Amino acid sequence: MSLATRTTGGAAKARTAGSIAWHLGSLAVLAVILYPVVWVIGGSFKPNDEIVGSLTLFPADPLTDNYRRLADGIADIPISTFFGNSLFLAVGSVVGVLISSSLSAYAFAKIGFAGRGVLFTLMIGTLLLPYHVLLIPQYVLFQKLELINTYTPLLLGKYLATDAFFVFLMLQFMRGLPKELDEAARLDGCGHLRTYWSIVLPLCRPALITSAIFTFINAWNDFMGPLIYLNEPEKYTVSLGLKMFVDQDGVANYGGMIAMSLVALLPVVAFFLAFQRYLIDGMATSGLKG
Amino acid sequence: MDAAVTSAPTPTPHPVPATGPDGRTAPADPPSGAGRPPRAAGRTPRPHRARRENLAGYLFMSPWIAGFLLLTAGPMVASLYFAFTDYNLFDAPQWIGLDNFTEMFGDPRWRTSVEITGWYVVIGTPLKLAAALGVALLLNQSRRGQGFYRAAFYAPSLIGASVSIAIVWRAIFSDGAAVDRAQQVFGMDAGGWIGDPDRIIYALVALTVWQFGAPMVIFLAGLKQVPRELYEAAQVDGASPWRRFWHITLPMISPVLFFNVLLETIHSFQIFGSAYIIGSQGNACGPADGTLVYTCYLYIQGFENSRMGLASAMAWMLLLAVGLVTAVLFWSQRRWVHYEEGAR
Repeated sequence: MSLATRTTGGAAKARTAGSIAWHLGSLAVLAVILYPVVWVIGGSFKPNDEIVGSLTLFPADPLTDNYRRLADGIADIPISTFFGNSLFLAVGSVVGVLISSSLSAYAFAKIGFAGRGVLFTLMIGTLLLPYHVLLIPQYVLFQKLELINTYTPLLLGKYLATDAFFVFLMLQFMRGLPKELDEAARLDGCGHLRTYWSIVLPLCRPALITSAIFTFINAWNDFMGPLIYLNEPEKYTVSLGLKMFVDQDGVANYGGMIAMSLVALLPVVAFFLAFQRYLIDGMATSGLKG
Repeated sequence: MDAAVTSAPTPTPHPVPATGPDGRTAPADPPSGAGRPPRAAGRTPRPHRARRENLAGYLFMSPWIAGFLLLTAGPMVASLYFAFTDYNLFDAPQWIGLDNFTEMFGDPRWRTSVEITGWYVVIGTPLKLAAALGVALLLNQSRRGQGFYRAAFYAPSLIGASVSIAIVWRAIFSDGAAVDRAQQVFGMDAGGWIGDPDRIIYALVALTVWQFGAPMVIFLAGLKQVPRELYEAAQVDGASPWRRFWHITLPMISPVLFFNVLLETIHSFQIFGSAYIIGSQGNACGPADGTLVYTCYLYIQGFENSRMGLASAMAWMLLLAVGLVTAVLFWSQRRWVHYEEGAR
């Protein structure tokens, strides 16, 4: 308001009006985006019977009961077990993806080996392949190997660069590095392993960070993999722990379920707040869903 | 702007011209190998050198090759075989020819799952992309707060597929909750969407539209590449905003649009977790099969009913459908996707 009165001339006024309209539009979208998030925060402090029915976002007197009840765990398994399992899988996935994908990306970007074009086409082809075609036969394979109810089926693929998206992301980045660097390394007598480890990898930090965060978040959110491969509640991830809530005492302990839903989102939200630039730039660069 | 540009040690405008940050050429055309790796430059192919390069190449590639054979190619062949067998995981597979396929086509539940997935893809994907493009156009102005809004709108794409959000969605769209009350205000029939097998799918559609941030970010990157002079020239010629959008913006971002359509469509076919949880009422995938999307039924047949052969046949039908849609999209892009001179 004050801005509009201070400026003179129609153009300035129109600009201010445009700016206000722009912010109003953006805020409207923001409200839709944020509503579920605010809802879950408010709901986690409400008593069971008020969570769905009441329209006030935040209760007049917030209760911490839901969080205290979380300490009892689900079906006698402490919540920390689920978080520990998810953390183990997520970190294990990150390590695997970073090593295996960067090795493949380096080979595609920097080594002139025979058959590279064919392998590259195959790799890109797997990007568009629906995962569900592999679901049954992979399960059969791991069942034959007696690896059901272990974390191996959930981790093995990460160590074998099956996530072509990350190979592609790193490859794009390595192509952008100036050629003079690895040529200089070669003249200095560096083999490929040295060049990869001491020159290319350190320069690829942004791509590695983007891949690491996407991998962590995907592994953390993963539902289908753990659902199929894990059948002992002690080994369940957070996603499966939440599913137990839905199956078992979703009604009796509704508040607990809402509180745990919120807590389960926290690591992802934390990563997002800390690294949102890397995530959004990664998306914009390769334009693929994580 | 993009990670590559801000942090690459030299100020090259784009990492590689063929695959700029807008994801224009290479991702839009991946299977044809448009982004084939450039020949390693300036190396004289002496025989022992070439052998060393081959050795190094295959050593570096060995994890990927092992993964491809063990977890992709091998399973695909096995799955094709299972599709023609009766297989319950414990007895040896029995060859039964096309029986799985005849059973599948005659199964009303299978047809339901195809129908629900079809609706989900056909309604959800265009709505999501329209929201993504609309908001991208809104954000594509240099105003204060642009970065904040972009980040905030992107966030749902990261958490949207989680079980947590599916649980929240179930609550928000159930009887007597916020969406239901809002409908009542507008005089529409109440009852919530979750308990209603005909309407629960729209809760799922709303969830996918809520995650418009990922394609929005890609649209924004594309919009930034449109040369300003084009708009200025059009303005001089007196073109209306609508004409400018239709004749400049849309053709200029058509490669990005194509890429988003392709990716989001393929992605939509594969929805599972949200459908499983939102519909979950003691059993997976919905009251009266309201959210029985294709992969949910595949899961039920494979893992609850131990019909591995039938589930493999279903998986191959999914692959065929996705392949067909991909092929149609690639074929149609000749008509509506405009690549810049020299980009193709």
